[in-house]
Amino acid sequence: MNRIETDVIVIGGGATGAGTLRDLSLRGIRAVLIEKNDIASGTTGRNHGLLHSGTRYAVNDLESARECISENRILKKIARHCIEDTGGLFVTLPEDDPSYHSKLIEHCKYAGIPCEEISVSEALRIEPNLNASALAALRVPDGTIDPFRLTAANILDAQEHGAKIFTHSYVTEILKEGTSVTGVRCFSTDSRDTFEIYAPMIVNAAGVWGQRLCELAGIELKMFPSKGSMVIIDYRINNVVVNRCRIPSDGDIIVPGDTVSLIGTTSRKIPYDRIDELTVDEDEIETLLENGEKLIPNVSKTRVLRAYSGVRPLIAVSGQLDGRDISRGIVLIDHERRDGLSGLVTIAGGKLMTYRLMAKMATDLVCKKLGVRKKCATHRLPLPGSEQKIFSSRRVQKFTGIPNSIVGSTFYRHGERVSQILSSDRRNYGLVCECEMVTEGEIEYALKNLNVKNLVDLRRRTRIGMGPCQGGLCAYRAAGLFPRYNAASSVESNRMLKDFLEERWKGIKPILWGDALRETEFIYWIYEGLFGLGDINFSDMEGEEHA
Amino acid sequence: MIKLENISFDHCIKCTVCTIYCPVARATHHFPGPKQSGPDTERLRIKNPNLLDESLKYCTNCKRCEIACPSNVKIADIIQSSKWKYFKKRFRLRDYFLARTDLMGSAATLVSPIVNFFTGLYPVKLALDIFFKIPSKRTFPKYAQGTFRRWYKKQHTAQTAYKRRVVYFHGCYVNYNNHQLGKDVIRVLNAMNIGVILPKEKCCGVPLIANGYITKARKNARYNIASLRGELEMESGEKIVTASSSCAFALKYEYPNLIELDNSAIFNDLEYITRYIYTRFEQGDIPAMKPIPMRVAYHSPCHLERMGGVPYTIEVLKKIPGLDLHILHSECCGIAGTYGFKKEYYNVSQKIGDELFGRIERVQPDYVISDCETCKWQIEMSTPYKVLHPVTVLAMSLAQH
Repeated sequence: MNRIETDVIVIGGGATGAGTLRDLSLRGIRAVLIEKNDIASGTTGRNHGLLHSGTRYAVNDLESARECISENRILKKIARHCIEDTGGLFVTLPEDDPSYHSKLIEHCKYAGIPCEEISVSEALRIEPNLNASALAALRVPDGTIDPFRLTAANILDAQEHGAKIFTHSYVTEILKEGTSVTGVRCFSTDSRDTFEIYAPMIVNAAGVWGQRLCELAGIELKMFPSKGSMVIIDYRINNVVVNRCRIPSDGDIIVPGDTVSLIGTTSRKIPYDRIDELTVDEDEIETLLENGEKLIPNVSKTRVLRAYSGVRPLIAVSGQLDGRDISRGIVLIDHERRDGLSGLVTIAGGKLMTYRLMAKMATDLVCKKLGVRKKCATHRLPLPGSEQKIFSSRRVQKFTGIPNSIVGSTFYRHGERVSQILSSDRRNYGLVCECEMVTEGEIEYALKNLNVKNLVDLRRRTRIGMGPCQGGLCAYRAAGLFPRYNAASSVESNRMLKDFLEERWKGIKPILWGDALRETEFIYWIYEGLFGLGDINFSDMEGEEHA
Repeated sequence: MIKLENISFDHCIKCTVCTIYCPVARATHHFPGPKQSGPDTERLRIKNPNLLDESLKYCTNCKRCEIACPSNVKIADIIQSSKWKYFKKRFRLRDYFLARTDLMGSAATLVSPIVNFFTGLYPVKLALDIFFKIPSKRTFPKYAQGTFRRWYKKQHTAQTAYKRRVVYFHGCYVNYNNHQLGKDVIRVLNAMNIGVILPKEKCCGVPLIANGYITKARKNARYNIASLRGELEMESGEKIVTASSSCAFALKYEYPNLIELDNSAIFNDLEYITRYIYTRFEQGDIPAMKPIPMRVAYHSPCHLERMGGVPYTIEVLKKIPGLDLHILHSECCGIAGTYGFKKEYYNVSQKIGDELFGRIERVQPDYVISDCETCKWQIEMSTPYKVLHPVTVLAMSLAQH
């Protein structure tokens, strides 16, 4: 059995875990991260990617609003390539309570959020697709953030500072000696190995799954899971974040995210044992589309790409409140003080927006316990890819001959790292995913540098298969590249292909009508009719391969 | 604002059949094909106009992708409008003159022998190649002496005497280059007891659109719509016809779809000429014809294909006794209007046409027949065969002289 020794074990590869790993590494502490699936595959990757200005929380939760605006400003500096500073609007529709508008302005003032009242015609100039019957509008510093890129960039920086990461590995046991935690035993679903990691400190950053982890440690932590569902629209129907100016409720925000737009969100309580099998309900989709159409009428005419849901990692501090009303505040638990179990720290609650702050809080506590004096620097050190202020793809002579759409899209996803990805070799910039402009070079880079184990992981690093055909035309090409770059055997890559299509299918199923239905028929015809993918018996083939 | 009528790209299921049928993608790897240039990257351009690819310029606007598309995506329209919406406007003297067929025509017809002489001289061609990037290998269409309209003036009274009359949009080519085609149209229609009235007209806009002069194209379009409608009503004409397939396509489809003008005032009354002749034939209005024993190869122009007009031309040709008609497999000739007159596209243009030229060669016809004037130039330049318009062939077979 493999045995690893380190200073800190971080459990959970979401934004918080990745941020903690980076913070620890930047302070010179050896750290290892364990993630049971892929990085940003849980709650982190299952939200609408809004770079909050805090305005949405200003009325109900001033504390969160303040954290948001302060982190908003920091992220705009350190994570430029994960962020689009689109600006945001809060619009009052005829059916909304007009008094909320002035209330919001007032509360934004308390929270320190720059919130500007603008005329409806000005709002329509900023976002021409907006419902023209809006009555009033506010302009706020909302933006968009890509959670996959953000998390991957944090991990990349941590790895470049010496951290280790194990994805597709879960904790089977928490090793204890008396009243202190000494390490974890893990099982890798990828290599099917068991291994042990020993460290004086463990950070539980597993979010909603942290409750299970605490159970393994023999202590209690009560999570309060609340499901939020979203639908994705085929293209960017808006270029500015559009919020409904009312008490936060279902379907009141449309966020442009890279090449698509997302309508969010719903809020529903779910029992804890359902957190791994989230499904989007039919009435949720109806609510989202109905409300989305009120904000931007084009919603009704546009193809819906998929629907998905995430689970909010709220900690039930007291009482039984609705998922939306409970504070999204950050909870840092020192289990030594609370449960008498030393060596374990839990960081939970919060939001994607405050991941850096949460990581800082956890790391500060860990440092105190380990006696490390170094201060946090994550608020000023840019993430890998965001080093320079402006990148002009036109100025870089190196990329002449490569189409703008490819250079622009690659830069958008990887920032300054684009120079490590693209080269003038024609095979390098040959397209694999034609909807999202993912090149062979980008896939090679991801396979070698970004902890990609399968096609689904690759999608989170590159956007492959996230366009209108949902991987129909690119998944088999990408699967073929795994063996080429020694990232998988050909049998494994076939299995990946099947798993990837199943994963895509899960998000398409709830919205199977119109163009999405035609698209799915076409993809089914390719993979079933042409390739016969459903008839391949992988267990037989693997036997052959090993023999 | 994203206009709902322009979101056909949203229906693309990425089947890529358009790219299979794209003659440009087949000829050069510099053009990634209609799917990629149209619906795929349109999503990117909505996100950020800087993601615009130079390769869009290779599109000839032949519309073959739109014919192939099973999802009714207006692929060529998406590419064309992206070209003039997103590319930086840059003045090029060459494109300015290539786009203004009527201006060039009216000037050249005044001194046509001199113009024709000089444009045929190699040193002149070389100078045009060097200074204007017009390929020296390209043969120029000859200009006629005087205009077709001037010739027509004397015919006008006789034409109004017919009870059944049509309004004839002759286009620049007939007016400045090929009077004979216009005269043939009049002869054929007169033989069917139909009078021909000329409306006031401006260039239909095809070369303007191709070169990005959209404001001017819109101006011309508005003029043409009003003039054609007015003439139709004043002369109580039965139909508006045109013998240029590209003019017909522009008037009928490019106006509403590409330059977004309402042409409902003429839409239902406007026909490409063979369709009109065909409907007259169907009603028994067939002129007396003598057999013309010729072996001919028919080439269908892209824009007529897009309009669904090809079967009418073929049916009309079939009515001509003695004609040994060979229908060529549908291929683009490659010239695409002014496209083949630009040095940067000349090689692509000729390579696109190679397939067609080979097919013509295999038929070994006496003549090639085609509806489009620019196809005619391309085929006459690239093969040893002369190209006739279907109406000219009809005129040849008319019994009376």
